[in-house]
Amino acid sequence: MTLSRRNFLSRAARGSAAAAAAACTAVAAPPAANALQRPPKPMPAEAVGLLYDSTLCIGCKACVKACKDANGMPVEVAPEQTAWNGGEWDTPVELSGKTLNVIKVYTNGTMAEKDRETDGFAFIKRQCLHCADPSCVSVCPVSAMTKDARTGIVNYNPDACIGCRYCVLSCPFGVPKYEYDSPTGQIRKCQLCKHRLAENQLPACADVCPTGATLFGRTEELKAEAKRRVALKPGERTHFPRGDIAGKVGGARDGHEAPVRVAYQQHIYGEKELGGTQCLAVSAVPFDKLNLPTDVPETGYPTLSEGIQHTLYAGMVGPATLLAGLVYLAHRNTKDHDVD
Amino acid sequence: MPDGLVDREAEQLGDLDSYEGTLGGLTRREFINYCAGVAAFLGLPSAMGVKIAEAASAAARRPSVIWLSGSACTGCTETLLRTNHPSLDTLILEQISLEYCETLSVGSGHQAENWKKKAMQENHGKYLMVLDGAVSTKDNGIYAKVAGQTVLEMVQEVAAGAAAVVSIGSCGSWGGWPSTGVNPTGCKGLPEVLKGKPVVTIPGCPPNPYNFLSTVLHFVTFGKLPELDDKGRPKFAYGRLIHENCERRPHFDAGRFAMEFGDYGHRQGYCLYKLGCKGPETYANCPSIGFNDVGQGTWPVGTGHPCFGCTEQGVGFSKPIHELASLKSVAPPNSYPDVRSEKGNGASPGAVAAVAGITGAAIGAGAVIASRLGKQDKADESPQSTGKTGA
Amino acid sequence: MASILSDRTSGSTESTWVNPHKPIGGRLITEPFLIALIFVGIGGILMAQRFAGGLGAVANISDGYPWGMWVAVDVVIGSAFGCAGYVMAFLAYILNKGKYHPLVRPAVLASLFGYGLAGLAVLVDLGRYWNFYHLLLPWYAQPNSVMLEVGLCVATYTIVLMVEFTPAFLEKFGFENARRKLNRLLFFFVALGVLLPTMHQSSLGTMMVVVGHKLSPLWQTQMLPVFFWLTAVLMGFGVVIWESVMASLCFNRPTEKAVLRKVAELMLVTTALFVVLRLVDFAVRGQLGAPFGAHGTLMFWVETALFIAGILVVLPKPARTERKALFLGSSFVLFGGIIYRLNVYIVGFIPAVGPWSYFPSLAEIFVTVGIFALEVLLYLIFVKTLPVMHAVNAKHG
Repeated sequence: MTLSRRNFLSRAARGSAAAAAAACTAVAAPPAANALQRPPKPMPAEAVGLLYDSTLCIGCKACVKACKDANGMPVEVAPEQTAWNGGEWDTPVELSGKTLNVIKVYTNGTMAEKDRETDGFAFIKRQCLHCADPSCVSVCPVSAMTKDARTGIVNYNPDACIGCRYCVLSCPFGVPKYEYDSPTGQIRKCQLCKHRLAENQLPACADVCPTGATLFGRTEELKAEAKRRVALKPGERTHFPRGDIAGKVGGARDGHEAPVRVAYQQHIYGEKELGGTQCLAVSAVPFDKLNLPTDVPETGYPTLSEGIQHTLYAGMVGPATLLAGLVYLAHRNTKDHDVD
Repeated sequence: MPDGLVDREAEQLGDLDSYEGTLGGLTRREFINYCAGVAAFLGLPSAMGVKIAEAASAAARRPSVIWLSGSACTGCTETLLRTNHPSLDTLILEQISLEYCETLSVGSGHQAENWKKKAMQENHGKYLMVLDGAVSTKDNGIYAKVAGQTVLEMVQEVAAGAAAVVSIGSCGSWGGWPSTGVNPTGCKGLPEVLKGKPVVTIPGCPPNPYNFLSTVLHFVTFGKLPELDDKGRPKFAYGRLIHENCERRPHFDAGRFAMEFGDYGHRQGYCLYKLGCKGPETYANCPSIGFNDVGQGTWPVGTGHPCFGCTEQGVGFSKPIHELASLKSVAPPNSYPDVRSEKGNGASPGAVAAVAGITGAAIGAGAVIASRLGKQDKADESPQSTGKTGA
Repeated sequence: MASILSDRTSGSTESTWVNPHKPIGGRLITEPFLIALIFVGIGGILMAQRFAGGLGAVANISDGYPWGMWVAVDVVIGSAFGCAGYVMAFLAYILNKGKYHPLVRPAVLASLFGYGLAGLAVLVDLGRYWNFYHLLLPWYAQPNSVMLEVGLCVATYTIVLMVEFTPAFLEKFGFENARRKLNRLLFFFVALGVLLPTMHQSSLGTMMVVVGHKLSPLWQTQMLPVFFWLTAVLMGFGVVIWESVMASLCFNRPTEKAVLRKVAELMLVTTALFVVLRLVDFAVRGQLGAPFGAHGTLMFWVETALFIAGILVVLPKPARTERKALFLGSSFVLFGGIIYRLNVYIVGFIPAVGPWSYFPSLAEIFVTVGIFALEVLLYLIFVKTLPVMHAVNAKHG
């Protein structure tokens, strides 16, 4: 050979360093310029979800209790209360294997006024947001997490699940949780009370909310209502619906009239975050203060991970080609003597 | 009726001659009759007639109270009559000297007005002024006049010489129901009218009599008023929201609400928030002490009707009864999970020790091995070891 | 000195073929063996507790940190140790560097244990382990899942390793015919043994891409598959060197110095490439400031320092034939690789809606120690009783 293997390798090494730099740019660049990204998934046409209005929420936790009842979840005692709370009082701290829906409080300073960022307090409801492009569905190896094609509800099937907890790891909102205290634990998360929806009943949280802070409905309609809310000015009297915004699921219910007390943040949480979510929220306190992720791209992370996988493994053409080459070389190099 | 008993009691009276002059021209007999009449009017036993007479003579030792009425419904006076501790007779006859009260005075007309003026003169700077009812201010207050004087003028005149001014009831405190809506007579609360003079306000419609009495008797006993909030309300009664003391609060915290009057939740005594209870934005102590001393639960919510915020300006008589209350400052109890609470299983001393031990052992072993290998390398390089196996 | 390789001639008949591998022999029950056995016992008891009482009964993993030591150390790092076989197969059979042959079989054994025990760790860590076979059933498969690909690849690769190691068994027990038949097919498994780790080691990196902002900017990049593949390769080289030097020390054997020098050079190049690419990656992502304050800064510098130390130790040419330098260099590189993977899976991970804290529990640590002790135990048994290591020719230095 004119080109010795050594020379070839050394030239390749130098060349590949330059190629690597170019490749890095193509691969590692921020999502906008990223070559390895698959298109985002759109929301299904009949997508349903919830609209949570933090300014209406009074922190009564009727929704927490109703969710526990509707889904048969057990009492959860906060870690710092175990000395005196023997389970008579349900005091979850966070979503967990026992709690699919929780109300948390934001406090600052003297907590003198509700829905005020400084020296005030506000409530936030946490449950599965039923993303348009869910990370949990993308990562599950055995299709235990699936997204309903029609309603967009993200379902969980414990019979398929192997308990790898990749969904717990990948959810950007920290929603699915595993039952660590059970030898046969499964993943737990809100599934929008699909068993109640099947009987034309509202999800339990929207059903019991006394102020209409939690509304159920088609995401399109909820988005319109959210836009209406954030445009309201303090002092305006307006109508706040309860239950199903379209008045169909769970029957028509009366809303109530009240004055708007505080100015809303001009931000509908879930409208754009990570490709959009079916459950939205509006609030007077900025969402990052409520400890929700806000510095996130407008496309879901599965676009990045699946982008890599699809590029490398599309149709398994790449691996097959590589294997063919390797087989040829291995055969050629070992046919004359024993393999170690 | 005391008629037949008067003479017998007259023997116990002592020296009535000294009463001359203070009896306003009445003879002794007339005076005793008068006192007995007062006792009867107050529904007191006849023996009280003696006490009244004694109290009247000791008037100079008891603080004077002048009770004025503005645009009122007399409910606040009525509530005062429901007091048991002190009983009204103890209050009026032993603890204070009620110089003027349009509802309770037996005397009326010029007699009552003259007495008022005299009391004001003799106790200038020392008497307590009480007002129930709002002060009508429109058109110089002509819509409320007593004895030819507008209430507006009257309150200013009486307040000028008062040691302390108390307005009882929401009307006197901030204008109450006459001041809401159109307010055709320009009704205002006393603090708004008496600029510059501190006014103690006891709002409520009506307020619990003990809120008023405790304040007054605190003043009588200690010579100063109890601690007040920025609206002049005594903090011991108005320092907390109804929501903070309500016996139905556990239902609120657990999300159990009466959705309609008469439904299951309502019959179970669930929280009335959804029916419009203004407890979350109303400062008062109704759930703590109830009314009429007949036990727990004798207040609106206790009977199953949402509180409508009668003490609170902007809430009572302003917000529709069934409009949902806004949640005023309620420091959420520490059972509320914070948005940012510390979670997870951190390091235990044993685990840290184990990791440190393993790492240390690895580094230590590595060092030992490295030095041994170094020695072997040197041995390999030395001329004698060529051809021998490395040890 | 007759070269070992000259014992083999092309087209040899069975009577002239001499097995270049020999069991080391010697006492099985030694001190290291017993110590390893104790740790295996402790780990076994704790594993029983885990299955009886659930993961929470033993481990400190929580809602915030669903993956802890067992995934990060036993599986992710452990499988990288198993890349010795990968790199040696590539060098020996793809690039056809005959001189690497002596190192192949011990590397394959190390890989077999590394992956086998990583598989055991997975079964211990899975919350619903009785459903694990769903990974292999096509009707459950969710093809977008990186984990599915990793799982299938690792399972296949473990089988490949078993096949690659079978000749050792066949030789020991004298199944000569079977051995020769197998030998004719081995080239296919060798090829697979190079393809599969390329796929799944890089995918171990891709697995963390989906967590997005929950991984510190010090490590989150779409270059993660490249970095994980590179660390797998450089750790593979590191294991080969480390294991070879340790074997020479512990079993009083000579080292194949010329071969190790080459491997050290390869390790140096790949490690340097890794460090450079990391820097380029920071620049492209606009994160050059990250090493000075982002989440996990301290451990980033530890990781980088270890890699650079490894490079510097084997940079001087003479060092690449000195056992001390080889040992230190490979140790630093291995440590660096360990810390890198630990950083990506645990240290750099910022759970959502925190703050969350995690540190492995004592029990978790002892289960991991037990699994590694089992690897040591089995390795000792195998090299002493099976023809794994190249026979030492008394005349060969």
